[in-house]
Amino acid sequence: MTNDLGISNVAWEHLSNQAIGAAGIVYFLALLAHLVEWSALRAMPVTAARTAVPASATAGAPPLADCSPATPPDGPDASTRFRVEMFGRLALMLTVIACAAHFVALVGRGMAADPNRVPWGNMYEFTISGSFVVVAGYLLLRKRFGLAWMGPIVTALVVVLLMVAVLWLYAPVEPLSEALNSYWLVIHVMSAIIATGAFTLGGITSALYLVRARAERRGVDAAGTYVARLPSLAVLDRVSYRIHAFAFPVWTFAVLISGPIWAHQAWSSYWNWDPKEVCAFITWVVYAAYLHARATAGWRGRNAAILALVGVATLWFNFIGINYFSTTSQHSYASGASAVSLRDR
Amino acid sequence: MTTTEDRGSDRRAGELTAWELLRWTWRQLTSMRTALVLLLLLALGAIPGSVIPQSGVDALKTQNWQDAHPHLTPIYEKLGLFSVYHSPWFAAIYLLLMVSLVGCIVPRLFVYWRSFRKDPPPAPRNLTRLPDHAAYTTDEEPGVVLDRAARRLSRGHRVSTSSSGEEGEGWVAAERGQLREAGNLLFHLSVLIVLVGFGVGSLFGYKGGVILVVGNSFSNTLTQYDDFDPGSLFDADNMEPFCFHVNPPFKVEWIDSGPRQGMARGFEADITYRTSCRGDQSSWSAPEDYRLRVNHPLTIGGTQVFLIGHGYAPVITVRDAQGHKLYDGPTIFLPESSNFESFGVVKAQGRTPGQDIGLEGLFYPTFALINGDPVNVMGDDRNPTISMLAYVGDLGLSNGVPQSVYALDKAGLTRLKKPDGKMFRVDLQPGQTVQLPDGKGSVTFHGVEHWTRLQLSRTPDVWVTLLGVVLALIGLLGSLFIRPRRIWVRARRSDGRTLVEVAALDRSGGGDLTPVLSSVVDSLQAAGDGAPAPAEEVRRTEEGTRA
Repeated sequence: MTNDLGISNVAWEHLSNQAIGAAGIVYFLALLAHLVEWSALRAMPVTAARTAVPASATAGAPPLADCSPATPPDGPDASTRFRVEMFGRLALMLTVIACAAHFVALVGRGMAADPNRVPWGNMYEFTISGSFVVVAGYLLLRKRFGLAWMGPIVTALVVVLLMVAVLWLYAPVEPLSEALNSYWLVIHVMSAIIATGAFTLGGITSALYLVRARAERRGVDAAGTYVARLPSLAVLDRVSYRIHAFAFPVWTFAVLISGPIWAHQAWSSYWNWDPKEVCAFITWVVYAAYLHARATAGWRGRNAAILALVGVATLWFNFIGINYFSTTSQHSYASGASAVSLRDR
Repeated sequence: MTTTEDRGSDRRAGELTAWELLRWTWRQLTSMRTALVLLLLLALGAIPGSVIPQSGVDALKTQNWQDAHPHLTPIYEKLGLFSVYHSPWFAAIYLLLMVSLVGCIVPRLFVYWRSFRKDPPPAPRNLTRLPDHAAYTTDEEPGVVLDRAARRLSRGHRVSTSSSGEEGEGWVAAERGQLREAGNLLFHLSVLIVLVGFGVGSLFGYKGGVILVVGNSFSNTLTQYDDFDPGSLFDADNMEPFCFHVNPPFKVEWIDSGPRQGMARGFEADITYRTSCRGDQSSWSAPEDYRLRVNHPLTIGGTQVFLIGHGYAPVITVRDAQGHKLYDGPTIFLPESSNFESFGVVKAQGRTPGQDIGLEGLFYPTFALINGDPVNVMGDDRNPTISMLAYVGDLGLSNGVPQSVYALDKAGLTRLKKPDGKMFRVDLQPGQTVQLPDGKGSVTFHGVEHWTRLQLSRTPDVWVTLLGVVLALIGLLGSLFIRPRRIWVRARRSDGRTLVEVAALDRSGGGDLTPVLSSVVDSLQAAGDGAPAPAEEVRRTEEGTRA
């Protein structure tokens, strides 16, 4: 029951559980650091913070990408400036550490199974993998798209997701059921999880777009608030579009190519109108509508953002809801999947 | 819209002719907005199918649901909610969407074809009106600057130039990323290919299932299937004439420890098949062997055989009071949980009416009594036991109404009790026989065999669908990641020097052009005569990208 490294499966499982706990705690600390950072920023006028953004090396840096909480070079309040900078970096560092622990937890989960497998066998594992993709995507795109403003939201979301996973979805390590035992599991589920994580990031951006649009429409004096420090609507819209433009083809591959191929191998027909398939297709259609909406006058901006949120809702309903509400789905891995899927007519 | 009955000279304002109405309808239908609404309708229309059980997907669940909701069922049936994907209103949505798609794509194909062969459009008169522009002045001749610009932009761009003035004044226009629209068109056309492939597959294909006790044979004819789901245009004469035999022993690997203890990890069936079993046995094709497993179907010609599940078939004999065999053989029990506690019925037709014997109950692969309760410990058949209730009377087999072999119609049956009135159960282990009360007969449990559930399907032209989705993905990637872009450079004399204006336009509407602009300006200046213009002469406005 030990594998090549001489570590027993039980030890791997313990390691995974502890790593998830550690990741959760460190994410929470990162969230706290972000909160301190942003509350310190309240003391600083937005314009000061914004004009003080150090000019990037290239003139071509995305405008407002540098909207990370920055500080006036020689502002009146040097200690505030120091606090903002310090806690911003601390939060980022903690997020990176937590993300590494998160990764260890995933690896441990896979190594704990006998035989070793990818950690995508049940809801618990899907949830921790999906939240890992959210954080990893945020960290990877942080610099490129200037996502520093997303920090508090991403860390808060991941803390909640990990809590849900550990408290309600936890399942001990089990071998894969026969139907899942295929290399298509790796291809299909990996693409689905990556797309889910990316769509979630896009959904966060679209939600903030709506929040900011609302604040602007109402002419709320948002000075000093979090909303005021969000990038402009145009930038939010563009970032959201880019993330969705990445996620949509991945989702297309997961749902309409690798999924049907695997279904054809395991269940004899490539499209079964299984509730999960239908719901994934609905998600696909909604995101297709989102991409169309961005190109259609009158649907740009606000309506497109709403569509993106509808898409995220169907995505997460599909992920969680279908498993618990639908009784006919062959994808029902939430409860102990039966060894046979027998369908009488 | 107003009707167009009285068109003629006295037509009122706002009225349309039939032709105009038609054109208006067509324009509306093929507009992006309508396509968007239809897409959302499609998503909305598909929702009931993922929530309400569908008879085409799971008939049993649907029946149970209908029994549980007697008031809703007739309404739902009228709306076609039990087979959403075959209902007229769902078909209406996707057909309209298809028409809209074709109506949108075909004209765009022509537009694209024409624009592809044309040169990039000439530079606008006033480049500084574009949101992304830059300008600088230099002492070089305009013609020199434009030549250099054309050379610089010819990498990755299609370029056209024009010079009119005597001193080489003029412009350079460059365009790239025209394949974005090609990707877009490819994607939408591929959707049509997918639909054609899907349609052909489901019209001409079929799907069927059979439960086969290990050691038995199957030949591919309609009558051998337990359930059969043909496409509308399926022709049974075209079924491939193969046959196969499921060889014992059936192998199941059981999990001995851990949280899934007692469940099956893997199972496989050894199959011997012949691609042609037509005519007498001497003309059959040679036998071949295949180890059938989940996720590893066997392909015979264009038909595929899938191992879907397995279970137990206790071998039971039922005799009547006179000792005549009423029923004898392996009886398929359906697993009710992952540890293979299974449910089954035996229907033994009596020699005289009203003397039928029915059995209904459970099979425990590994039986144990824990605190007096019967428990199934695991899925392996280490201590096989049947525990069934016995009935006598009329099974209803002769009244012509088809009935499920997995359910007992108890309307004409009475349950057998012990002489003292207590509950009577047929509790047997292999080799045991029990006499039924009142001398009604006897039941013998001989042993256990395995059965396999096989699914057979034929999907003609499945490669068309696959090709369609792959092309769609390629087109999609193109339409999302190719950035169409136009760049113009204009040079003219101004106050004895040369004013160079550069502007760029991102036609996908999502790009950030500032780096592109500065790179063009830098390369134009840097490659100059060794005297780059002073930095303060570079004027840039970027209000378009800075919102």
